[in-house]
Amino acid sequence: MSETTLQVRIWRGGSADVGGTFQTYDVPRRDSQTVLDVVTHVQRAIDPTLSYRYACRVGMCGSCAMTVNGKARWTCRTHVSRVIGDDGALEIAPLANLPVVKDLATDMRPFFDKWAAARGRFQGAQTRLDDFARVSPDSPERRAANAGIECIGCGVCYGSCDVVQWRPEFLGPAALNRAWTLVNDVRDTDRRERLRAVAGDAGCHSCHTQGSCTERCPKGIAPTLGIAGLKRTVGRAAAKGEL
Amino acid sequence: MTMRRNDFRARNHPAWWAFWLHRVSGLLLALFLPVHFTLLAQALHGTAALNGLLRLTDSALLKVAEWGLVTLLALHLTGGVRLLLIEFGPASGLRKNWIAGGVGVALAVGLAFALSLLA
Repeated sequence: MSETTLQVRIWRGGSADVGGTFQTYDVPRRDSQTVLDVVTHVQRAIDPTLSYRYACRVGMCGSCAMTVNGKARWTCRTHVSRVIGDDGALEIAPLANLPVVKDLATDMRPFFDKWAAARGRFQGAQTRLDDFARVSPDSPERRAANAGIECIGCGVCYGSCDVVQWRPEFLGPAALNRAWTLVNDVRDTDRRERLRAVAGDAGCHSCHTQGSCTERCPKGIAPTLGIAGLKRTVGRAAAKGEL
Repeated sequence: MTMRRNDFRARNHPAWWAFWLHRVSGLLLALFLPVHFTLLAQALHGTAALNGLLRLTDSALLKVAEWGLVTLLALHLTGGVRLLLIEFGPASGLRKNWIAGGVGVALAVGLAFALSLLA
């Protein structure tokens, strides 16, 4: 590594309309350095007032997502070497499409409120006294649920989605992906209400198939395909008069 | 508390450009439709009226416009097939192979039409 110092631009303050702006910091370049390492160095060695959010540091908790050089990413698993510009530039901002609390921390409430609005909670009919449900791993429903089940709720897809920006009530890729995994959960008993919840103007039919969610998802999930599945399922249910 | 908005860097990937091409070609084709129907409606006023307007298409400018129209139609068609495959076909990602193939086919159709104009 030829450079020994990184010039990092980090968003400070609230959003731009309340005076937020980028500030530049010099951070020592290290081997295998992640973007989260850079932010942590700034807070611990340069300016302790820098606010950001993280917990697990290993890509499980979904709390450290930020906008890195213009693209939403999980910062703990994003190596500086993979995202740094040809000119050595590194720009770190809070996730887009979510209210900025301060610096790099966004208010995730709208994101999770939409999971609830899409009825993203499992509703079963059995109790702990019943035997395990037996679901064949090869069944189409189980495979479809598997495709979306690894979501960690980081908000990268939500911060990447133009439709969320254009139409703020849009439930967004993560909530719809969650709804799709539950629609495919054969144990779930809330299917009809869930399909109703995602059938409206704020639901699956508002997706323009831009694919930014699928392109950016750090877990390799394709919410675009889950939303397409919801469109088909909602369409069929509506045609049968089930909604 | 308001939020930050993405800039072009967040959008600079093939599937977003495929969306953009599909949207823009769709809008331009929609703008063409009234012209198309107005021209066809001249047939109601007799052969002379229709032929009078059809002679306009002999001009070089309109030939270029026709080439653009054919290319846009081909782009919108191949892009539409890709969307239908994503929505109704077996799950296979964002089908970027169809983006590349679709743009290639549309350009080939456009060039074939341009060749036929020169012939």
